[in-house]
Amino acid sequence: MTVSLISSKHAARAFTFIAGLTLAAAVQAQVVVKDAWVRATVPQQRATGAFMQLTAAKDTRLVGVSTPLTPKAEVHEMAMQDNVMRMRQITALDLPAGKPVALQPGGHHVMLLDLPAQVKAGDTVPLTLTFEDKSGARQTVEVKATARALNTPAMAKDGKEAKEMGHGEHAH
Amino acid sequence: MLNTGMSRRAALVSALAALSALAACQDKEPPFHGVSLTGASYGRDFALKDPDGRIRRLADFRGKAVLLFFGFTQCPDVCPTALTRAAAVRQLLGKDANHLQVLFVTLDPERDTPAVLRSYTTAFDPGFLGLWTDLPGTAAVAKDFKVYFEKMPTGSSYTLDHTTLSYLFDPQGRLRLAIKHDMSAADVASDVRQLLIP
Repeated sequence: MTVSLISSKHAARAFTFIAGLTLAAAVQAQVVVKDAWVRATVPQQRATGAFMQLTAAKDTRLVGVSTPLTPKAEVHEMAMQDNVMRMRQITALDLPAGKPVALQPGGHHVMLLDLPAQVKAGDTVPLTLTFEDKSGARQTVEVKATARALNTPAMAKDGKEAKEMGHGEHAH
Repeated sequence: MLNTGMSRRAALVSALAALSALAACQDKEPPFHGVSLTGASYGRDFALKDPDGRIRRLADFRGKAVLLFFGFTQCPDVCPTALTRAAAVRQLLGKDANHLQVLFVTLDPERDTPAVLRSYTTAFDPGFLGLWTDLPGTAAVAKDFKVYFEKMPTGSSYTLDHTTLSYLFDPQGRLRLAIKHDMSAADVASDVRQLLIP
């Protein structure tokens, strides 16, 4: 009696494990990572940012990042308020189904801290992204990010509009 | 005939009036894109070290417009973006590039050693100069320039929250404009050109 109970528990666990794996494989196929890059550093600069675009086919969250470069990789959010930049580590980044979420200069980014060596432009930086779907199933995706020059510009946002406004101020 | 002549004269007169009104407007308020700080009672001067350890003051750059930014080299995003824009501004200035001095003051002297500061600033533009001082001096200069910064722990490390404005000084060393983080390089270059007009 006791023996059979244990064995059915085991069977249930095994079933859950296999189901989890199947689900996880589906998650992996359903998050597309595009344009992953890391900002290069100068010698003895210990931290930098990694950027990319993530699109999940169904509601998913980015819950972790790791890299062989450093044991310290964190997902950060950035907020600009009254011309002050504030950066905070977040535990998870929501990826709503079908909506591209950009980790880009001016917004969310992956922070690589305590770097023991310089990241040079052109280097390949392996990143392991951990995603979690609504059922709690986790899956990792391997990404090869390219290091771009330190002076890689953020995307131009509203330079043109600002110019138009400047002219408008002189209408009488 | 007479009517046509009259209306032509009237048109000329009104065109001249419009021109002089525009000129008057420009005399009073040049079309700056940055936020005017003319007459501000703060941000008058500093005494900071360059990577060679020499003391630098604002007066050392008299005759040039000065673009001053406070940041730290471990900043993933805002500081490289501001310095990349500053490098683009110098390119846009063309032959006037040497009339703009870009200064980067570190808010993180504990980690930004003179060597890191030098290689960081010159990675953007060989003409950029990094400036630093000790921690109490850094707090004092930030206060003098109304720059907010605060250490925020993250795991075993820390990052800094900080003001993202750049300051633009005219060639006489007077604080003239606050340059917001999202202003385009073209608009900043336009403001610098205005300040360079004698």
